[in-house]
Amino acid sequence: MNIYIYIAVMAVTTYLIRMVPLVLLKKDIKNKYFRAFLKYIPVCCLTAMTVPAIFYATNSIISGIAAFLVAVLLALFKRDLVTVAAGSCIAVFITEQILRLF
Amino acid sequence: MKAKEFFNGVKDSIPVAVGYFSVSFGFGVAAAGIGLTFLQAALMSFTNVTSAGQFAALSVIVAIAPLINMFLTQLVINSRYALMSLALGQRLGSKFGIASRLIIAFYNTDEIFAIAMQREKPLTKSYMFGLGPMPVLSWTLGTFLGAVAGSLLPPSISSALGVALYGMFVAIVVPNAKKDKTMLVATAISAILSIIFFFAPYLKNLTGGISVVIVTVVSAAVCAALFPEED
Repeated sequence: MNIYIYIAVMAVTTYLIRMVPLVLLKKDIKNKYFRAFLKYIPVCCLTAMTVPAIFYATNSIISGIAAFLVAVLLALFKRDLVTVAAGSCIAVFITEQILRLF
Repeated sequence: MKAKEFFNGVKDSIPVAVGYFSVSFGFGVAAAGIGLTFLQAALMSFTNVTSAGQFAALSVIVAIAPLINMFLTQLVINSRYALMSLALGQRLGSKFGIASRLIIAFYNTDEIFAIAMQREKPLTKSYMFGLGPMPVLSWTLGTFLGAVAGSLLPPSISSALGVALYGMFVAIVVPNAKKDKTMLVATAISAILSIIFFFAPYLKNLTGGISVVIVTVVSAAVCAALFPEED
């Protein structure tokens, strides 16, 4: 499959999701179940994408686990996005350097 | 167009643009990792401007999955933008015609939406047009440079940079789960389902982003049934 066709499909889909409610819908969504459903989508989706994929994203499962633990700890202490992301990268690098010694 | 209002928008968008640069750099590394060229990665960023959606798209492309998988993945993961556009559309009011709304829709990301909604002064067209260019440019440039770096850096560094986006996802989910018990339940349900889909026979053969779609829809539906929005 051509990469550019994939990119075109995703770009059009994403644009329509943003555009249609902005241009066409003037009424608020009233249904409390549907509003809750939309509210939970981001957290559920990000969790599903991260767990367990992060454990297998690096050269070793051990550094993947280290990345996850460091990210959760930093996020619990309310560090900003960039700090948490950088912390998990550094955790992977250090862990893999240590693993090479064995 | 009023120049002053335009530059107020540009100024307010600078912190977002800075944050986007580092995150999109991580995305560029990941995109190069699955074999996208610099230009393909940058084009994807320029035309989509969405972190989770683009990241999921990589797994669709790697699996050489059918286009319907790409459509469903983007539809589910990016559905939150529909709600934001709805809220933003009501805030914009009648001064904004169809043409300006068509343009603003292109870059209504989580962060730009937040800036626009937080503004105390009325939203003007010039201000809204000022919010877009820097974050979009930064998101595209960061991706490009990340993809270049990803193909040049030694494996130890690109392995480390490859978790940047996961780190960012954790940084979004954890504070939500800490603050709100229902979000903690949502996180737990989706994590457990996702692990099941990853290891269970048959289910683990679902590739190309489809398992993320199923896990997301099922967990969000369960949570909506458990905790509907109170008025």
